[in-house]
Amino acid sequence: MAKPASNIARRADALWNWIDSRLPVSAFWNATMTGYYAPKNFNFWYYMGSLALMVLVIQIVSGIFLTMHYKPSAEFAFASVEYIMRDVQWGWFIRYLHTTGASFFFILVYLHMFRSLLYGSHRAPRELVWIFGMLIYLALMAEAFMGYVLPWGQMSYWGAQVIINLFGAIPSIGEPLTEWIRGDFFISDATLNRFFALHVIALPLAILGLVLMHLVALRENGSNNPDGIEIKANKDENGIPRDGIPFHPYYTVKDIFGVGMFLLLFAFILFFWPEAGGLFLEHDNFVPANPLVTPEHIKPVWYFTPYYAILKAVPDKLMGVILMGLSVVILFFLPWLDRSPVKSIRYKGLWYKILVAVFAIAFVRLGMLGMSEGTPAQTVEMRIWTFIYFAFFILLYFLSPGGKTKPLPERLTH
Amino acid sequence: MNRKPFMAIFSLLALLLITAPALASGGGALKHANVNIRDTAATQRGARLFVNYCLSCHSASYMRYNRLAEDLGLDEDMVMENLVFADVKIGHTMDAAMRAEDAEEWLGKAPPDLSVISRSRGADWLYTYLLTFYQDETGGWNNLALPNASMPHVMWQMQGIQKPVYATHDGHEVIDHLTLAKSGLQSPEEYEDSVRDLVTFLEYLGEPSKVKRKNIGVWVLLFLALFTLIAYALKVEYWRDVH
Repeated sequence: MAKPASNIARRADALWNWIDSRLPVSAFWNATMTGYYAPKNFNFWYYMGSLALMVLVIQIVSGIFLTMHYKPSAEFAFASVEYIMRDVQWGWFIRYLHTTGASFFFILVYLHMFRSLLYGSHRAPRELVWIFGMLIYLALMAEAFMGYVLPWGQMSYWGAQVIINLFGAIPSIGEPLTEWIRGDFFISDATLNRFFALHVIALPLAILGLVLMHLVALRENGSNNPDGIEIKANKDENGIPRDGIPFHPYYTVKDIFGVGMFLLLFAFILFFWPEAGGLFLEHDNFVPANPLVTPEHIKPVWYFTPYYAILKAVPDKLMGVILMGLSVVILFFLPWLDRSPVKSIRYKGLWYKILVAVFAIAFVRLGMLGMSEGTPAQTVEMRIWTFIYFAFFILLYFLSPGGKTKPLPERLTH
Repeated sequence: MNRKPFMAIFSLLALLLITAPALASGGGALKHANVNIRDTAATQRGARLFVNYCLSCHSASYMRYNRLAEDLGLDEDMVMENLVFADVKIGHTMDAAMRAEDAEEWLGKAPPDLSVISRSRGADWLYTYLLTFYQDETGGWNNLALPNASMPHVMWQMQGIQKPVYATHDGHEVIDHLTLAKSGLQSPEEYEDSVRDLVTFLEYLGEPSKVKRKNIGVWVLLFLALFTLIAYALKVEYWRDVH
């Protein structure tokens, strides 16, 4: 470090040394930022992780302010949300931050997961990064579901009714289990209160812990890249990967640009289209919860609808629940289902490109069908796409070992 | 090379966004309300109709009178004089004149609170609903948008009385359109304007901060555009020595 110019600078320097010799600040910074080498060819898909982390922070901060005004009671919940929207200064902004953030969290997570499919980021040695990521995804689904109940509108109430009743399909323990979850014989004040506790304390803590593990596991082997080859296989005389660049400052400045682009889209939705045509905030949820009036058309929020379509595709309730559960659980096994010698889609043959494209279309199409009214024709279509959804994993397992590949490059391309 | 997945995901998202409104809406043909919540005069006229015709039975219990004064550019005395009929202070919420228990006894069902009705039903539905009251064979009021609604046509003196004209479709007799059997105090065009004013007010009532939100949004986007531009220049500068 340069010679301190003034008395104040000298003292500041002394204070910094005092802290750093007691708390490994600079060692940590060096290990995870300036001395952490990341592949230099990250593209669009590599913005999603840092953006998801930022949205997590947005959700926590806006959530704290919402908690200051929200009342977790069946009698006052709906009114307290409107109180936030009208009487709390900037309350509408805080609430829209939270509702827009919730949907964007899922958009980012889905793109983040899709990136894995493209470049094989879940493959060895990063299986645990993927497993922790999947656990985050599960916790996030629980978090979103319980958060959605809190405004206590008709969709909050009846959505919760439908989802909790799914547990009732389990033989013998089903009914008592649903009562245990609700804390009552039906969705009530007791249910709302416990969902509030889980939403604001238990699940956020779990998510934070899992995110930490996700990042620790990631830092152990470093990021994958669009070419799906290991940059650590080619190091220079100082032991630094030839195709690696320090995470800070290169990717920190790049991610700041990503943040700007993302916030432009995020702010556009928040300020000009917060309901997103009924996708982010559903029209029926502006009707207070009424246990005596069942809405004509109950459907979950958009990010659950692919799974909801799989549930509805099966005529038998228990089988539907099992298949829906399986559709999420099977994702955990992706690192072992793909047995191709190469990781990235760039060096796999046409077979993989077709598989991934059809799978992506199936997921989006199932999501759209999951919000539909479920006419007989739509039900048939749901069954077809459900079949295709599962066929992807089976075909991947059997086609990947012998599937055509291209030769891998020695160094990163591009 | 990395353009392809980029384009693929954007076309997928675009497809999702295009089809979303189609999936979200549904229902029969609605008339277009074409409300403009920035039209303060219309909102003021709508507020007057609202307190005169709606507030006797319906409440807007999340809305305060002083907020109304602030947003509609009225001073509080004017609001107290022209819009507040109950014996309450300016900071009070807009409660119905009728007690909810009485309403339930008299009408069979308490009339819903209208604070966020525009957010659940939408402006077009409200507009259609208020224009399609008619007198059916029983001599009672009925409605095309909400058949057998328990609400009577409270603005019938303004609109007059509409009667249904039937037509046969696939062997079923259905209402083809409504015709004005007895004219009211207003011409059909004037009544449509009045209903539009009322729906403009309901749209405002659903989200009083909407105009402010959009005004602020413009500045936020301008700031973010500038921020992103600078961030991009910074990125390019730092990345000069890579490759």
